Amino acid sequence: MELIAFYIMAAIVTISGISVIAAKNPVHSVLWLILAFFTSAGLMVLIGAEFLAMLLVVVYVGAVAVLFLFVVMMLDVDFVELKQGFLSYLPFGVLVGVAFIAEIALATFARGASADDFNPYPGAENNVEAIGQVMYTDYLLLFQLSGLILLVAMIGAIVLTLRHRPHVKRQSVAHQTARRRKDAIRRVDVKSGEGL
Amino acid sequence: MSAFIQEHGLLFGWLTVIGQILLFTIVLLLSLAFLLLMDRKVWAAVMMRKGPNVVGPFGLLQSFADFGKFLVKEIIIPAGANKTVFLLAPIMSLTLAFAAWAVIPVAPGWVVSDLNVGVLYLFAVSSLGVYGIIMGGWASNSKYPFLGSLRSAAQMVSYEVSIGLIIVTVILLAGSMNLSEIVANQAGGFWTWHVFSFNHILLFPVMLAMFVMFFVSALAETNRPPFDLPEAESELVAGYQVEYSSTPYLLFMIGEYLNIVLMCAMMAILFLGGWHGPIPLGEDFVANFPVWLVNLGNLAWFMGKVVFFFFLFALVKAVVPRYRYDQLMRLGWKIFLPTSLGAVLIVSGYVVYMGVQA
Repeated sequence: MELIAFYIMAAIVTISGISVIAAKNPVHSVLWLILAFFTSAGLMVLIGAEFLAMLLVVVYVGAVAVLFLFVVMMLDVDFVELKQGFLSYLPFGVLVGVAFIAEIALATFARGASADDFNPYPGAENNVEAIGQVMYTDYLLLFQLSGLILLVAMIGAIVLTLRHRPHVKRQSVAHQTARRRKDAIRRVDVKSGEGL
Repeated sequence: MSAFIQEHGLLFGWLTVIGQILLFTIVLLLSLAFLLLMDRKVWAAVMMRKGPNVVGPFGLLQSFADFGKFLVKEIIIPAGANKTVFLLAPIMSLTLAFAAWAVIPVAPGWVVSDLNVGVLYLFAVSSLGVYGIIMGGWASNSKYPFLGSLRSAAQMVSYEVSIGLIIVTVILLAGSMNLSEIVANQAGGFWTWHVFSFNHILLFPVMLAMFVMFFVSALAETNRPPFDLPEAESELVAGYQVEYSSTPYLLFMIGEYLNIVLMCAMMAILFLGGWHGPIPLGEDFVANFPVWLVNLGNLAWFMGKVVFFFFLFALVKAVVPRYRYDQLMRLGWKIFLPTSLGAVLIVSGYVVYMGVQA
């Protein structure tokens, strides 16, 4: 039963992965990518790593891919121009792909690992606890450091794009709610024919 | 679920699961028909109108009449629309809205799949809901839907952050991500519900604030007034659904309302004790009745809470004017995010130093 599910999902991941690069329309590419992410989450559920699966969906599908989709939809892509460089990039792409597969194969064969010694929750009751143990106890410092790096990147992006423009009207909620009737309304007796 | 299947054999187990799913679907769709009517009735009552009152007694059959009308109308697909994505969008929206209900426990043990990471699953599925809207807006190949879908996506992504952090406070307090265990953690009367949490009296103001923030975020997350900017009819006609008609539109609408009911159910489960009544009946009293009867009572409490929240959603729609977009973003990022982050700190500190049983 699990094997059938695995092969179905693996086939879907592979097909959608190929479609990501084969699709002519970039928006379709992103949609295929989302399907690939989602199905990989399914594969993770199959091996018992349900926490990672949910994180994959929440972070990659729910946030990162939305941003991808935003950017791709906003771009005014010229398809003909996009196709032109394809052949010149092809050898480079193949090289990267081969290196990638070779590395994975090397790591697998060097350790002599098989799918059976994958343990979704080593030494803990469930994999939420296992991940918490690893991230917040064993590698706390590294985890905090990576968070700090992300923070620096975020602040960097803000610093690069923030412009202070003078004479921009801004809403100040505190100022607005502090306004009272007597600040805003003045009663004037206007004589007829004279105006204010 | 898999344990259940092993116990009862493959065929019977699968049949039961499929039966449960069908039961959930049918009950949800039927109750949705009346909730839709309730939405319109409440809205009408606030404006001192009568609301739908022609089809059936008190207009009770109005939703079914609308349903028939949607089904028999012609599906119009705009020229230049991306046909596949255009039709896929409402289907996806509806499927995801239904999929989320798989982990909602409506009474002790009455749940399709009792996932250990149930809360995360809910969060993941509801964060996928934005795709239906973006795809619909983009595939329509029209300006208003596109603008509406962009607004909606930005809004949903923003409020998801605060919803996530608010959920974290509840998870910390309950010590589990399993929705049934979160509800079980609130057993014993209204004073142990997470919204009041009188048993952790120091946390009372924090959790109450979290509950209110969750309600507001839920309004924003489901694109309900006062945060219905994606479909602001005075500026964007109807947002991402402008080009939709007939059944695809119906699917979008059902998906949207299902998400609203889901948010109501989440509020009931996370904060208001799910199926627990406000005053516990006592073990001896309950032991006299058969289990299914007790569970029906629990189910009634759960549904009552969901309907109450839906009533609040409908009321808010009628009485609050629409927010401006920059105000919406300000509320989400500058107020809700820091506040909920602070609440996570406070609650986790409390859990660690006061030794709450996890």
